[in-house]
Amino acid sequence: METETAESIEIRGLYKIFGRRAKSYIDAVKNGMGKQELQEKHGHVLGLQDINLTMPAGSIQVVMGLSGSGKSTLIRHINRLIDPTVGEVLVNGEDVCKMNTRALRNFRRHKTAMVFQKFALLPHRTVIDNVVYGLEIQGVDKDKQQTEARRWIDRVGLSGFEDNYPNQLSGGMQQRVGLARALTNDAPILLMDEAFSALDPLIRMDMQSVLLDLQKELRKTVVFITHDLDEALRLGDRIAILRDGAVVQEGTGQDIVLRPADDYIENFVKEVNRGRVILVESVMKEGPPAANATLELGRDTQLESAARAMTQSNVNVANVIDMNGECCGQVTMGDTVAAMVRQDDESEDGEQARSA
Amino acid sequence: MAWYDEFPAMGRTELRDLKNAIDKGFRAWTREHGGTVEAIFEPIKDLLIWSERLLLNTPWPIILIAITAIAWFGSRKIPITVGTLLTLVLIGYFDMWEDTMRTVSMMFVCTLVSIVIGIPIGIAMSKSNLLERMITPVLDIMQTMPGFVYLIPVVMLLGIGKVPGLLAVVVYAIPPIIRLTNLGIRLVDKEVLEAADAFGSSSWQRLKNVQIPLAMPTIMAGINQTIMMALALVVIASMIGVQGLGQPVLKAIANQQFTLGVFNGLAIVGIAIIFDRVSQAYGKRLQSHSEVVHGN
Repeated sequence: METETAESIEIRGLYKIFGRRAKSYIDAVKNGMGKQELQEKHGHVLGLQDINLTMPAGSIQVVMGLSGSGKSTLIRHINRLIDPTVGEVLVNGEDVCKMNTRALRNFRRHKTAMVFQKFALLPHRTVIDNVVYGLEIQGVDKDKQQTEARRWIDRVGLSGFEDNYPNQLSGGMQQRVGLARALTNDAPILLMDEAFSALDPLIRMDMQSVLLDLQKELRKTVVFITHDLDEALRLGDRIAILRDGAVVQEGTGQDIVLRPADDYIENFVKEVNRGRVILVESVMKEGPPAANATLELGRDTQLESAARAMTQSNVNVANVIDMNGECCGQVTMGDTVAAMVRQDDESEDGEQARSA
Repeated sequence: MAWYDEFPAMGRTELRDLKNAIDKGFRAWTREHGGTVEAIFEPIKDLLIWSERLLLNTPWPIILIAITAIAWFGSRKIPITVGTLLTLVLIGYFDMWEDTMRTVSMMFVCTLVSIVIGIPIGIAMSKSNLLERMITPVLDIMQTMPGFVYLIPVVMLLGIGKVPGLLAVVVYAIPPIIRLTNLGIRLVDKEVLEAADAFGSSSWQRLKNVQIPLAMPTIMAGINQTIMMALALVVIASMIGVQGLGQPVLKAIANQQFTLGVFNGLAIVGIAIIFDRVSQAYGKRLQSHSEVVHGN
């Protein structure tokens, strides 16, 4: 088990404009100048606008958006690989943007670790020499470097590959090296920039499971960037959706699926498997238990599992219990199924039903 | 005569006076500071003498074995090793051993000096666009100025002998290593650099762990080019008293001795090929990690 405490991250009023005279357009952007206007009239690119995000310690914050939405720019502000035009990035209350070179270097060495989309391993170093990199530049002694690295190589399932070079490994294995390198650093904040996007679907699922398993134990503050909503919903305790450099919605996976903020997000969530995202607690009726119910379900049961449980027990209603085992309401089969299929799906599903 | 028939050049007297003034100024400067400059180059002179004595005073079989061994450990290739041995034996058999040793010694020191000066300049250049813009034209001049031209000030300053020869060779041969060090570092994958930064590397750690190793193939190509260019200047350098394979060639030109010229010319070609093949094979071997690709 890790002994360090997780760190919260708070981003306040963050703007990023790319270009020579970025600072001089800040006021215009604050007064409502759009990305397109800034680009066409002034030749500056608006990367991020008015980002305000609180990422609680010890949870996975997903930042989702399509390419060009500014998500990779955003994550690079957290360890200041990119400097903001204005704004603050507070980690446990300390502003990363105000650190001097030495403080920033120490912050990067001890507080953050990063996993990259294209792995970014050192091609001339073996797996183990890549994994020790973080500790090596911290000046940790050689023996400790080796034991730590071997432990994490083992945890990500790469034992026996210590002396291979990265390009002797498959993409999935290379990213395990990337993950092991980040974990060996023993930092409370883990930044993952589209870490699994370059992997094929099965391997990606596999890596997601690896991450979730590790997170149960490590409780790091993870910032995970993705363009894939399924991945976002699977991993994220909270999800922020980015578009044109602005946050369009922020909330839990359920919030986003059940109450999409606008058409853009609506479009995104259309294809999602709702039964695996929505939890019993958001469709239950609060109040006293149903007298005739024989089945009990946790608040945080996924609808799919709830429907399965009710079908198997051959009941139409179940009581919902909270974490303390106390009853807090009831849920019916009807409500469960209704929430799993979208109400406005007439167009596609309806026709299919008729033609069948 | 119409005004456009001849270019309106500076008056002859003025031009002569200008040249004389510059020459006089430079001559005065050399007379005053020649001693100091010579003192600065004293350690290099010692190095040159030491390496030449080492190669000449060591019995030839030991040198033969040593160079063949270097070829083997550098390249790990049998054809290159055998080729090296054969070339050296032929050079010795045709009685060019001593001159060859002098040339090899000169090459060794010139390359060493070029590396020691060139790589740091290349690194500095890769870090600053301004510096790159300033140094590039200087390198262009150094590479295109006919070799004879910078023999003149060097000789005025240091007279004839090994050190001015070395200076002329280094000036001519150093540009590739500077250029390719700069290029190699600039071509290093931005993502890998970003990763190095994200883990909190200092700029020295970044240079040592990422930039230099990843730029190594390009830097090695630069070293290889530097060696080749240095060898090419050997004949010219012999005009200012650098001993070695260049002097018989010079003598052959003066006396129209075709065979003497060809023999010594071939010996230069021989050691050029040895240097080239061994250094290239060594550079390639350094990159062995990139050869075994997943799936192959």
